[in-house]
Amino acid sequence: MSLKLRALLKSPWVFHLATGSCNNCDIEVLDCLTPRFDIERFGMLLAPSIKHADILLVTGSCNRKSAIRLERLYKQAPQPCLVVAIGECSMSRGMFIHSYNCPLPLDKIVPVSAYIPGCPPKPEAIIAGAVTLIQTIKGTL
Amino acid sequence: MAKSVIPIGPFHPLQEEPEFFTLTVDGEMVVDIDVAIGYNHRGIEKLSEMKTFDQSTFLIERICGICSTSHPFAYTRAVEDIIPVEVPERAKYIRTIIAEGERIHSHLLWLALAGHFLGYNTVYMWVWKLREEILDVMEILSGNRNNYAMFKPGGVRRDIKAEDIPVVAKKIDSIIPTVNRLKKAILDDPVLHARLKGIGILTKEEALDYCALGPTSRASGVAKDVRKDAPYGAYDQVEWDMIVTENGDVWDKAVIRILETYESIKIVKHCLTNLPDGEIDLNIKDIPPGEGIGAHEAPRGETFHYVRSDGTNRPARHKVRAPTFMNLPTCKATVPGYTVSDATIILAAIDPCYCCTERVAVVDTKGKQMYNAQDLIRLSQEKTQSLKRKMGIK
Ligand code: SF4
Repeated sequence: MSLKLRALLKSPWVFHLATGSCNNCDIEVLDCLTPRFDIERFGMLLAPSIKHADILLVTGSCNRKSAIRLERLYKQAPQPCLVVAIGECSMSRGMFIHSYNCPLPLDKIVPVSAYIPGCPPKPEAIIAGAVTLIQTIKGTL
Repeated sequence: MAKSVIPIGPFHPLQEEPEFFTLTVDGEMVVDIDVAIGYNHRGIEKLSEMKTFDQSTFLIERICGICSTSHPFAYTRAVEDIIPVEVPERAKYIRTIIAEGERIHSHLLWLALAGHFLGYNTVYMWVWKLREEILDVMEILSGNRNNYAMFKPGGVRRDIKAEDIPVVAKKIDSIIPTVNRLKKAILDDPVLHARLKGIGILTKEEALDYCALGPTSRASGVAKDVRKDAPYGAYDQVEWDMIVTENGDVWDKAVIRILETYESIKIVKHCLTNLPDGEIDLNIKDIPPGEGIGAHEAPRGETFHYVRSDGTNRPARHKVRAPTFMNLPTCKATVPGYTVSDATIILAAIDPCYCCTERVAVVDTKGKQMYNAQDLIRLSQEKTQSLKRKMGIK
């Protein structure tokens, strides 16, 4: 494992992106950062800009207006950048699959590394997802 | 002096929802503000017409995560208004308990985020920890932390078990000392006084002109609350006070939200101890043709739903009007004249919820507006007419 990657896995910074969500997933993401769940235990910190982030947490059903911006943001992210789809909406568009404004699922727009199901997923599920993701990467290296 | 423009958003770390503000500034002073939304638009009204009356409640819940009781409450009231029926007493009480639980956690969420906006992260973390207790209560009552799925046209989906009531009552009692401490810490903090008092003033006239709702209007001395003005649920059977203040600044909006939390705790406790026996659901089978309206005082103000039925099992038209739709334009009156650092908290003071508010407008690539909602409706009506003519239907 390269030194850079090992360092990154110690403290992956996350950037949170809502692309047409109902807010609940976003609030559960914030929940993870606050005292009861405290995802900082695993070195995860909310990054102020995509340019500082290693993990992109995407919630919501990628509507027409935010899908193009999501693509643009993903291009700005320093590589390697992992994308985590949080919630039913970003996995398959869930309830909004027939909407005129949600044409594509997230994984057709950017490559997705992990899916965390739930509507919204409980903070425990988000933490489990994040930890599994880190371990999987460690295992494949 | 040349004016410059500061763009905020659409994906800004401070905001959990995407929205785009353009602040025109002169030095540090904001002289104009504009907001663009649409990053959350999912076409819920149209989707609702594809689902049955019962299924729609699940969709309506997902308009907004923090208002996941307010919207179903207004929607089910609108559907019940079509028939019209009165839901059973027990269902009314359960609805009130869930709605007030939501108000507590929503107001706490606002308080936390306000702290975050001010750079006062201690408040943010503290309040968020406290809010978890309320989410636990909601989980005990409904099985879910956020989307409660308790509402259905004609009643509620789940009963509150007798053995849960003492547990919940104890948990609610246990948060009161923490809220007290929080209230004291916030209301006595000289820094918060300095930051919040006298900024972002919305006068009573402006509040009336902009049709501001909820805590935004009550902070400006407009005593408007659907729960008092046209009582529904169990609100007329409980003693509680409407909190109204006069100054209309950010401080007053914060005070209102803190004090309303106490009122909500009072209502929940009263309803839990006086929960009447009986049915919880009317098992409505058919919805006759007709129209209905329903309103509910959401944490941010009045949520209004209109539903038209044509006798089938789906709504023929469903219209949603969320409180932020009325509250957001007040930023035109409150933000100009203050500094950029104040602008964030003034914008946050209305407790904006963009998920609820999203509207659609079609814009061509040159940025010129081509269609708004009216044009789209006109276009679709013209299309229907032409199809009818073609097929020879009158
Ligand atoms: S998955 Fe559910 S909770 Fe999450 S944004 Fe979508 S509708 Fe909301």
